[in-house]
Amino acid sequence: MYRFRELTKAAKKETDGKEFRLAVLGNCATQFFSQCIAGYAHLEGMNLKVHDADYDQIEAQLLDPSSETYGYDPDYILIYLATDRLYEDFMSLAVKEREGFADSVLARLSSFWGMIGEKCRAKIIQMGFSEIDDRAFGNFGNRVPVSFVYQIRRLNWLLEEAAATRAGIYPVDILSVQTALGNERFYDPVLYYNAKVNIALDSWGYVAKQVYDVINALQGHTKKCVILDLDNTLWGGVIGDDGLSGIEIGELGRGHVFTDLQLYLKQLKDRGILLAVCSKNNEDTAREPFLSHEEMVLRLSDFAIFVANWEDKASNIRYIRDTLNIGMDSLVFIDDNPFERNLVRSMIPEICVPELPEDPARYLSYLQSLNLFETASYSSEDADRTGMYQAEAKRRESEASFASIDDYLISLDMEGTASPFDELHYPRIAQLTQRSNQFNLRTVRYTEEDIERIASDERYVTLYYTLRDRFGDHGLVSVVIMEKRSAEEFFVDTWLMSCRVLKRGMEEFIINRMVEEASRRGALRIKAEYIPTPKNKMVEHIYDEMGFDCTGEGLYSLEIGSFNKMKTYIREN
Amino acid sequence: MEREEVMEKVTEIARDIFDDDELELDDETIAADVDGWDSLTHLSLMNEIENEFEIKFEMKEVQGLNNVGELVDVIMERLS
Repeated sequence: MYRFRELTKAAKKETDGKEFRLAVLGNCATQFFSQCIAGYAHLEGMNLKVHDADYDQIEAQLLDPSSETYGYDPDYILIYLATDRLYEDFMSLAVKEREGFADSVLARLSSFWGMIGEKCRAKIIQMGFSEIDDRAFGNFGNRVPVSFVYQIRRLNWLLEEAAATRAGIYPVDILSVQTALGNERFYDPVLYYNAKVNIALDSWGYVAKQVYDVINALQGHTKKCVILDLDNTLWGGVIGDDGLSGIEIGELGRGHVFTDLQLYLKQLKDRGILLAVCSKNNEDTAREPFLSHEEMVLRLSDFAIFVANWEDKASNIRYIRDTLNIGMDSLVFIDDNPFERNLVRSMIPEICVPELPEDPARYLSYLQSLNLFETASYSSEDADRTGMYQAEAKRRESEASFASIDDYLISLDMEGTASPFDELHYPRIAQLTQRSNQFNLRTVRYTEEDIERIASDERYVTLYYTLRDRFGDHGLVSVVIMEKRSAEEFFVDTWLMSCRVLKRGMEEFIINRMVEEASRRGALRIKAEYIPTPKNKMVEHIYDEMGFDCTGEGLYSLEIGSFNKMKTYIREN
Repeated sequence: MEREEVMEKVTEIARDIFDDDELELDDETIAADVDGWDSLTHLSLMNEIENEFEIKFEMKEVQGLNNVGELVDVIMERLS
């Protein structure tokens, strides 16, 4: 972790890139917290500006529409109620009133959220609660509603419950930092009584990291795939030397370590992170444990792609990236061998390569402490992502057997749908706007709340598209939002598409329906825009290809009257 | 550790925190003599000193300090 002084110094430095603004509001002095968040973000390369509101001004700032906080036009508002202040509030209540403490704090938070929602577009970063256990009732305290430990634990629970039912609230689990550091490191009583700084200076960096991780995920930067070495990473020993009965997994030797690591990876796979193998081995040897070792947790079907050969790992990782078609910076590479790690790091600087500890017993706790898999959303479609990529591999095999691309596309027997946004799909639609980087024309990020608002706003025409073929269902693959700028003119605010379905006629299918919908509503023309980002070069010319006229840099226009329906092999369902 | 050595280390830390490579501290230096030495950077300085010397100050030690000389004395005492 960065030292406190590194963070406060970095807070003053400028960073390049798109600017984001965060306003910090607390019931206590938050300068150090704000500086550490800004410093951490700058050191990680995010251009985050942080505005620190005056001490204990939350209500005043949020009630007044012309307050500094709203005037700052923040992308995010962070609300931090420090537990030591809550403890003071709690102690000032008569004993019989203490029972309702957690509920009253939550009601206060709810009112903050309501005020923010009415007055600005900011997403809410809501700090959870660290714990003070005063042991006033000893271990018995957890069942006594008038004890503070009962109320603060209940409050953390109520917060997560409330955030789950309300869009646009993103809790930060500060308690996880306290637990990881332990009270001895997390708190500093001398600092507290001397300067009223409620947690130790060296703890702020850890808390700031959690805030940064949440904001970073909200900006669509998430890890999507873990690439794994095999020997001494997924099991102890070397399969080529030790053989099936000699590798450590399950009961043998240090096997438990590797079993737990595999269980963890399996859990990641089940929540939608892809797993890939990249191993220096003969392919048959490498596959053998997954096929024949009874104690292996992971099986071949858990991997989106399996690469075992004697090529260098950087080349293999590039191959994996190309096959899965995801960003290099969404990959994590796990390998016990420092040589391989350094090679990959130096050849592919964007990839995340955790510096595994030497002792495998420490692999798992180290990996978990990095919090690599932060996410801003979860939908049931995530769970089957591996299956989708495996179906894609089958499609590729089949593609090779056709003489022409048209024959191949016809053979896929594709069926598409287009529907206006509906409640069931809000989470997935919001998630796609947050995660899609490559096929995304304007890269506008929306929360579930935004999507709901747009869906019910007459000024917008919304469409989500699905695609299936004989190998399987791709699910929801594309999102279009058109804004009616006037009776005659519609503007494509958002067009994004999953890269899995590139170049099989989906682009044409989408445009056909887009034009049809606009035309049906009386539009004469569709305007569109391409906003370049470091990642969306692949769609630089898509509007040219779709028959739009270029009217300026990145600006396009399509006259509906002269539009000819584009050819596609996707049937409409 | 010799007193001189402690003073040198404290100076080094202070140079970093107050962003001034030429900063010189002596026993008589007080906060007002140093650009940027305010209540917040003071806490940061004390924190770095605690980390550097692997010590923990007591409350009355941090509150009663009048100048850098007294700070160095406290560190010496802690180290002994």
